[in-house]
Amino acid sequence: MSTKDFDWKLVLRSGLLGGAIAILLSLIGIVTGFNETYIIYKVITFGELLVLGPILAFSFAALRRTSSSDSGVRFTTGALAGLTSGLVLLAFVGIGQVINLRAVFVNASPDLYAMLSYNQSLPIGMLLRLLVSGLVGLIVAGFTLLPTRLKQALGQGLIYVILIGLMGRLIGTVMTNWGFVSLLFEWMFASSGMSFLGAIVLFLLVGGLAYWRAGRPKVKPRLEPKKQQTVRWATLAGVGLVLIFLPNILGLWFSEILDNVGLFILMGLGLNIVVGFAGLLDLGYVAFYAIGAYTIGVLTSPELGFFNLTFWQAFPFALIVALIAGVLLGLPILKMRGDYLAIVTLGFGEIIRLLALSDWLKPWLGGTQGIQRIERPVIGLGNFTIELISQQQLYYLILAGIILVAFIAFRLRDSRLGRTWMALREDEDVAVAMGINHVATKLTAFAMGALFSGIGGTIFAAKIGSIYPSSFQFLVSINILSLIIVGGIGSIPGVFVGALALMGLPELLREFAEYRYLFYGAALVAMMLYKPEGLWPEARLKLELHEDEIPPPGDPVPSTEGS
Amino acid sequence: MPMLEVENIHTYYGNIHALKGVSLKVEEGEIVSLIGGNGAGKTTTLRTISAALKPREGQVTFMGMDLRKHRPHDVVRKGIAMVPEGRRIFAQMTVMENLEMGAYTRKDKKKIAEDLEWVFELLPRLKERRRQVGGTLSGGEQQMLATARAMMTRPRLLLMDEPSMGLAPVLVEAIFDTIVRINKEGTTILLVEQNALMALSVANRGYVLETGTIVMHDTGEALKKNASVQKAYLGME
Repeated sequence: MSTKDFDWKLVLRSGLLGGAIAILLSLIGIVTGFNETYIIYKVITFGELLVLGPILAFSFAALRRTSSSDSGVRFTTGALAGLTSGLVLLAFVGIGQVINLRAVFVNASPDLYAMLSYNQSLPIGMLLRLLVSGLVGLIVAGFTLLPTRLKQALGQGLIYVILIGLMGRLIGTVMTNWGFVSLLFEWMFASSGMSFLGAIVLFLLVGGLAYWRAGRPKVKPRLEPKKQQTVRWATLAGVGLVLIFLPNILGLWFSEILDNVGLFILMGLGLNIVVGFAGLLDLGYVAFYAIGAYTIGVLTSPELGFFNLTFWQAFPFALIVALIAGVLLGLPILKMRGDYLAIVTLGFGEIIRLLALSDWLKPWLGGTQGIQRIERPVIGLGNFTIELISQQQLYYLILAGIILVAFIAFRLRDSRLGRTWMALREDEDVAVAMGINHVATKLTAFAMGALFSGIGGTIFAAKIGSIYPSSFQFLVSINILSLIIVGGIGSIPGVFVGALALMGLPELLREFAEYRYLFYGAALVAMMLYKPEGLWPEARLKLELHEDEIPPPGDPVPSTEGS
Repeated sequence: MPMLEVENIHTYYGNIHALKGVSLKVEEGEIVSLIGGNGAGKTTTLRTISAALKPREGQVTFMGMDLRKHRPHDVVRKGIAMVPEGRRIFAQMTVMENLEMGAYTRKDKKKIAEDLEWVFELLPRLKERRRQVGGTLSGGEQQMLATARAMMTRPRLLLMDEPSMGLAPVLVEAIFDTIVRINKEGTTILLVEQNALMALSVANRGYVLETGTIVMHDTGEALKKNASVQKAYLGME
């Protein structure tokens, strides 16, 4: 081992950062908070993982920056980085013994110190902690020396064990619906986390599969067009079948989540037209959702007793009202752009909410008490009618709405109107100079967006059965906008991915109680840093950002002159 | 009757009096250059002609029509196209889609296809890159695309705002060659330029604009030889 390959500064920096972050997580309280939450029962808790995780991550980072492939250098780098982190933790516990940190940091409790020293007496415990930290660094170093294929297999196996271990209870709620599967569940999972045997089996299964897949040739043999067509139809049919039976497979609780995600997909598809296609930043989008919901409420609720229509009788009115509202909002803001537009739309959203809340309109809209006993949609003919009440039933209504709206959105995107929106988004002045009527074009964008949101609102009203102004907070608009940005602005599949990630994920993170929004926020920040174009970006945007990766079809001629 | 007649227009940005009575004429088949320094009002003049700005006073008449009565997106349909300053192509659209946007107001598919062929023949580089997104083109190619896009509207009068801006000398010459060719094939051109030498070389007539007023008007050749023009715009003593 040559000393010149060894980077002291790097090791020290990584080790200190790893330790510091482990302390930070401890002081937030999640380490002790999850000390009873096992990933693998009686083997490792989530709390311990939160201490070891940063140490592991930073020794890995140090090793990635180490160019030397000499195993001596690598092992020393890993071990020393880990040991440094361990020392930082040691110092932290030491300081904690002398000074009462609890005066400032509520979570610097004796429990935390006990946990960090593995419930041993302080000297032995801390020595153990130091050793474990160094060992983590050593293992990481060993890991980086493995061939890529094995690395992938081990990494994937580990990630799956951690994720499934954490999601144990959640998976349990689904699996216990099924007789024979529940036996498997009981074998794989313990009262908290996975059972040791279950974890090993899962690790081997996932790792083995990953190893096998990495060994296969990368280039898939091209199927003949006819077969491709068959495969495509088969996939579509498979997805369709899964979508149809999803609520039954997943059970009531998951269906509720699915419904919520579905409503956000509906609204996201609408806002995507306004923001993504036409480039008009709308922060008051929840207004149309409210208008759709309230129109259904006013027209159907026997409590208010104005009209007593059925859901389906009221439905077209709700759409028309939402559409008109979209145009009305569009009119005064035609000349505005960017930030100004955002502020005005924000105001509009608040106005609608406050109108619903006001005493003035209370006889019609119910004020703070909202509207109760909204009619549920009834489907069927003659004697065969079903009232859609449960989450599992409403799922189908939402699914039908999404399919319809997504289809329209796809068609609009590729239409002349879609192209016009795009031109307007890119350069309004030039678009006008090309003869585009920007007034009409913007108004159609607002109207279409409002219409889709209105549909979402009607289903929302029918689903909950009673609506209150507090359901239509500004935050809803922000959530829809965020899901579009996370999914990839202007991308229709992106709306689905974004809604699942932003609306579905926090529900799945319920396990983490009050910390879930912490993880959620961290995930959002990381996502915007590393994948700003979104999870499923629009092809055009990708084309522009990564032009070098996609060879232009036809006859590519490299540019020979610059400008 | 001239094709385009601008009579004593006064255009304001809020309280700023940008054009103080500009008058100019463009005859059918001409290339007319409007030269002047920064802030002289060149772009404002073009924007007023294309109805993006409304003059408080004065007349803009194109083929006998009062242009002030039209909305900016209607002006294209009357036969005036604009190549904006700084190119401003649709960066996320392919070259082909940019050109199709140019033909937005037209319905006759056969004629559009013919014009597309003509544009590709005029600027073969665009044909090579027709499937590439506009943002990935070089500056010179973008200028060609912006010009081609405007030509796809089938204009009688083409307004060009600083076509040479930010381009290498070789490319400037190529752009001006294209301008002359477009003109020879029957399109009248009103050109706004800071590159006075090139602009006056290709122009039949030229106007010199200073702080919102026309200070000189002559044939291109004569202006090029004019002592004060040489001093102020051509860098000669």
